[in-house]
Amino acid sequence: MNEWVHPLHRFKRPTVVHTTFCPGCGDGMIAQAILRAIDDLGMDLDDFIFVSGIGCAAWIPSPLFNADVLHTTHGRPIAFAFGIKMGLPEKKVMVISGDGDLVAIGGNHLIHNARRNIEMVVICVNNGIYGMTGGQAAPTTPMGIQTTTTPYGTVENTFNISQLVKAAGASFVACWTTAHPRQLTNSIKKAIQKKGFAFIEVFSQCPIQFGRKTGVGSAIQMLEDYKKRSISVQEAGTLSEEELKGKIVVGELVDIEKPELVEEIKKMKQRASGEKE
Amino acid sequence: MSGKRVLTGRYFMMGNVACAEGAIAAGCEFAAGYPITPATEIANRLAERLPQVGGAFFQMEDEISAIAAVIGASWTGRKSMTVTSGPGISLMLENIGFAIGVETPCVIVNVQRGAPTTGMPTVGIQGDMVQARRGSHGDYEIIALCPSSPQEMFEHTIVAFNDAEKYRTPVFILSDAFLGHMREEVIIPEAEKIKTEYRKIPAEGIPPSEIKGFLDEEVAPMPIFGKGFKAHVTSSCHDEYGRRNLIDISALDHFIKKLSHKILKHKEEIIIVEKDYEGAEIVLVSYGAVARAAKEAALRARKEGLPVGTLRLITVWPFPKEEIERMARQARWVIVLENNLGQIYPYIKAEAARFSEVSFIPPKMIGQLHDPEEILTTIREMIK
Repeated sequence: MNEWVHPLHRFKRPTVVHTTFCPGCGDGMIAQAILRAIDDLGMDLDDFIFVSGIGCAAWIPSPLFNADVLHTTHGRPIAFAFGIKMGLPEKKVMVISGDGDLVAIGGNHLIHNARRNIEMVVICVNNGIYGMTGGQAAPTTPMGIQTTTTPYGTVENTFNISQLVKAAGASFVACWTTAHPRQLTNSIKKAIQKKGFAFIEVFSQCPIQFGRKTGVGSAIQMLEDYKKRSISVQEAGTLSEEELKGKIVVGELVDIEKPELVEEIKKMKQRASGEKE
Repeated sequence: MSGKRVLTGRYFMMGNVACAEGAIAAGCEFAAGYPITPATEIANRLAERLPQVGGAFFQMEDEISAIAAVIGASWTGRKSMTVTSGPGISLMLENIGFAIGVETPCVIVNVQRGAPTTGMPTVGIQGDMVQARRGSHGDYEIIALCPSSPQEMFEHTIVAFNDAEKYRTPVFILSDAFLGHMREEVIIPEAEKIKTEYRKIPAEGIPPSEIKGFLDEEVAPMPIFGKGFKAHVTSSCHDEYGRRNLIDISALDHFIKKLSHKILKHKEEIIIVEKDYEGAEIVLVSYGAVARAAKEAALRARKEGLPVGTLRLITVWPFPKEEIERMARQARWVIVLENNLGQIYPYIKAEAARFSEVSFIPPKMIGQLHDPEEILTTIREMIK
């Protein structure tokens, strides 16, 4: 018998025997990065409440993680997470979902909670496509790409998600790709410890609905493409907008201190009940 | 204002304010909403009062996030509510279905206002009666209470929280702009006299994978977050353990039926009606603000020696069909009064028409309360 057990096996819900991810999907790598970060920090899954929306990435914690997990309606996980954080301020709340969920249908909740700077970790898996429903264009699909809803090529400009969340006021923003698993793990560790809205965008390959249909190729080709297109925040600072076209700016874009909502609410309650701050 | 949960005393109070005080007396800790006429006074009062007792009201970016945050907070074990009006409910409906699907206690107050779409915000109409019952997609059962006075805005909000906790379900208060803004005497009893319920949670020591936290007609204990229950909560089709099953039709059948039966099985405990039709040949059936006009019309009719009684539906959902049938067996004429084009009328007719003649009277103009004198005129013609 094989006695080898994966070092992160203890984090897996015992009743789960397989994942729902397609071969070559980046979601497994992101699941590992999250669990490694938690493990490295010496934390336990009971320290967390995980929240996800609808889409492939939402199935990273649900039901895989052996923790309290709320799998919500499409686009709304951050709004549900708001209520959870207010109810259990001592717990870490982590939202894991895709670009369609968090930025298209759920974009309003993303920017408003970044503005509020409520302490939570949001991991946005950006595969640039609607994978679960069969390869429809997303607000992140590059211009000109043929998808099932854009058979003549996408004609819309795209969101730069990390810049959007930065502008909205988050106190921590990082962007990586699945070709940077170690850097990603380190940023997740920082995000978990951040007293504020901590957002991480991860470019992640969808070889089935994106790679195959657009001709970008297999999972490995997509990872190589990510490596080729990635450029550090520092380097990006020296380039013009034209030169940055098609590049993925990776690294930590924001890491600042500012008033955090849960703390401010605590102070407000003290004022209301006549206690001294 | 003090930091007490229950402001025992006798007040001249607005319905919306009484609703907020009822919520706080019931143990509400978390409220979220978005400004909307004619419900704002509830939000304003909650924003002022909840922080004094350790809770808070949050103004969200929209009604979608308000109900989402309420559900999230409820899963942390906090009694939670949202307040809005028709347009807000329209936005909340998807997540109200979510709350039903994962059996989340919460209270939703709809201070109804006029007409479809943006309509006329300051006028009371009973326009969202069926929306509360059928607005979210799929088959489900809901509990909805219809207060008739500021005093009942206080009392029914407590009943709503208790039902929500007992049956692990969203409960509607279907008020309207008239009641919300009406000022009347409100008596708030002593704290000890207010009965409050709290949801069951799983017993300690059960291994998380053995907790049956869902789909029990007798209401499963709620594996609330933060207690180590390792709850997997998904609104996708699931079993008693919360395990997602998107393959078996039998799991779907089980999922839909258990949720509905949980409410229907306890109908008798949930349903409240007010009956005053002994010996009456004509029974006026109404609910909410309109019931005030029905009561007055019946009073005047009896003074004239006309055999008129009333039946007031306090819980409109689940629909009190047995109560309607019992009434209709006795009456010759049933007159349904609603401040709309006849939303509950078809449901009443379906139960009553076998036994009596059923008719519907809207107010002269939708958005007005019925004039008792006009009701009386109709009655006189009817029995000629």
